[in-house]
Amino acid sequence: MSVEKDEWLYEISAKKKLIDLNLKELWQYRDLLFLFVKRDIVTVYKQTILGPLWYLIQPLFTSVIFTLVFNNLGNIKTGGIPPFLFNLAGITAWNYFKVCLTETSSTFTKNQNIFGKVYFPRAIMPISVTFSNLLKFGIQLFIFIIFYFYFITWGGYDLTPNSKLVLFPIYVLMMAMLGLGAGMLISSWTTKYKDLNVVVSFAVQLLMYISAVPFPMSEIIEKKPEYSWLLEFNPLAQIVEGFRHITMDSGYFTWWGFLYTLGVSCILFFFGLIVFNRTEKNFIDTV
Amino acid sequence: MSIILTASNISKQYRLGLVGTGTLNHDLKRWWFRIRGKENPFLKVGAVNDRSAKATENYVWALKNINFEVEKGEVLGIIGKNGAGKSTLLKILSRVTTPSTGEIKTKGRIASLLEVGTGFHPELTGRENIFLNGAILGMTKAEISSKLEEIISFSGCEMFIDTPVKRYSSGMRVRLAFAVAAHLEPDILVIDEVLAVGDAEFQKKAIGKMQDISKTDGRTVLFVSHNMAAVKSLCTRAFVIENGSIVFKGNTDDAVDFYLINNKNEAHVDLNNREDRRGGKDFRFSDISIKDKKGVEQTNLLSGEHYTFDVRFSLKHAKDNIAIRLKFIDNQGVMRFLCNNAFTDTLYSLHETHKGNVSCTIPKLPLPNGEYSLQLTCLTSGGTLDDIENVLIFNVVGGDFFGTGKEQVSKQGVLVENSFLMVNQFKEL
Repeated sequence: MSVEKDEWLYEISAKKKLIDLNLKELWQYRDLLFLFVKRDIVTVYKQTILGPLWYLIQPLFTSVIFTLVFNNLGNIKTGGIPPFLFNLAGITAWNYFKVCLTETSSTFTKNQNIFGKVYFPRAIMPISVTFSNLLKFGIQLFIFIIFYFYFITWGGYDLTPNSKLVLFPIYVLMMAMLGLGAGMLISSWTTKYKDLNVVVSFAVQLLMYISAVPFPMSEIIEKKPEYSWLLEFNPLAQIVEGFRHITMDSGYFTWWGFLYTLGVSCILFFFGLIVFNRTEKNFIDTV
Repeated sequence: MSIILTASNISKQYRLGLVGTGTLNHDLKRWWFRIRGKENPFLKVGAVNDRSAKATENYVWALKNINFEVEKGEVLGIIGKNGAGKSTLLKILSRVTTPSTGEIKTKGRIASLLEVGTGFHPELTGRENIFLNGAILGMTKAEISSKLEEIISFSGCEMFIDTPVKRYSSGMRVRLAFAVAAHLEPDILVIDEVLAVGDAEFQKKAIGKMQDISKTDGRTVLFVSHNMAAVKSLCTRAFVIENGSIVFKGNTDDAVDFYLINNKNEAHVDLNNREDRRGGKDFRFSDISIKDKKGVEQTNLLSGEHYTFDVRFSLKHAKDNIAIRLKFIDNQGVMRFLCNNAFTDTLYSLHETHKGNVSCTIPKLPLPNGEYSLQLTCLTSGGTLDDIENVLIFNVVGGDFFGTGKEQVSKQGVLVENSFLMVNQFKEL
């Protein structure tokens, strides 16, 4: 381990750079990222009987209830798509964002024990959560695909994805970036102001209802046009609606909306990462 | 020798009291100063880190202007009382938190033995945890793989290596964790003995491993300890931290001496004003001091060293058959041993000299590490002439009673010179 003269490996200093993404160090610790992802996946359902089946039960039951409440009782039209599948699509997309946000938003408070003892780039923690939840998302997507074909074969529906299906990976990326970005921001702020913890759980609940999960965007444009901006400028509504659009070729899609969402996702993610990296330096003193 | 680490002007400020009350207010002020390009206004205030003084300000300096350099391959000891700022310095060195001012530059990777077992997941097997723990400590997967066999055999958990760690005994868990930490190959190793939880065996193992690392591998080590014997035997250089500042830097022996002299509780105690005593007014102890071989007053003693307890008294009338008794009592209130001139010398006859002094010498202090108090009694055939409990409190901070270089850990009893010999061993037919 020979070191060149006057070449410092790193500095520990009081000064903070305004923008510090720390990507180089994140890359150095990629093995740790991989091991955290593996740990999360392996350990979550150890000693449960149904194991990963729980991933399926939650969206299925939610979809059934949504169909009952919004479509049967509330009479919301889904534009020729079976309401159950419509809800399942919305919930699948929404869930991924939700777990990314809620599970990363307590990063600092939940891991203060380990963070207080040893250094590694803290951003590894929330990023690993985002990756390990991809598995959950994959399983839920799989069940969505099964019902998709069920409705084509036995339901007599004519469902086809459209050519924009190639954008699917970008949609996943946008969900991850939005959830992760917001989660990192919240976890940074909760180190000092714990009030935010309380807000997150119910804010996410409310957010779902203005993100076009149980209803199509066309419904609100038709019935309450004065509130349609709430959905149009909501990147989550754009994602949920877009996800249904590319898989079932219905609903509202504009290239403007797509690019806007992509922009917001990137900005939120990088802003979150910068704030997170600033906080990690001495959050242990305030948490 | 090249310099591997420099710390310049390291200071760390903490807020006293509750974080939260007025936090937003201070945050806004800080932000207002920053956008105008000014320095954080709260860095100008702050009291010296002296726990005994009453808090007068909202901010305190846990560390203030720490400067030092570490050369490659040296073992640097960091000595200080509890709360002197050692752990804060370690936290900054291991990048858990940042200093409020100043900077540390390093040419090597820093790892610390204090986070043994950090990140162990109970559901994962021993093998999986080796990888996870190793990666948390900064090793790459390839590095861990290449040392996996070594780590497993060092831990002595071969049989259970594919069993979830939650089924391990606590001892096995510590062994496995230590095996991972011991196979880290950082350029600079930080060891905090205070935080190294575990039994005596584990601490011994940690110190043994540290000796290997520093002596055979020539790696740089920063060693924080209360155990003066360990510091003396391991470190090439040491510094003393007091109230957040370095008060002494130099070779190990001088630093240990400096620490011991400056951290005395009170080596010389005046007993004239003590009212909580039993006995008459004819005989009174007036003061007491503990002196080492060189005649220097001490309250931090080393086991196995030579000490003299010097007792002064005053009396009004001549007395015969006098015995002076010193009882050594530990902090649990249990007497460990006593010294009495009735056992070792003749009983004294005191004339009307009004004042006098008697000394009790212990050539080899038999007390293990701990805090002790002294009870002083003067007895005569007619009864107790004077008796004071807690005349002084002193610490035994280490030392090497048996001359073996090992620390004596014992919560009870005293150390007695002895020798072992394995006379014979044979198989029963």
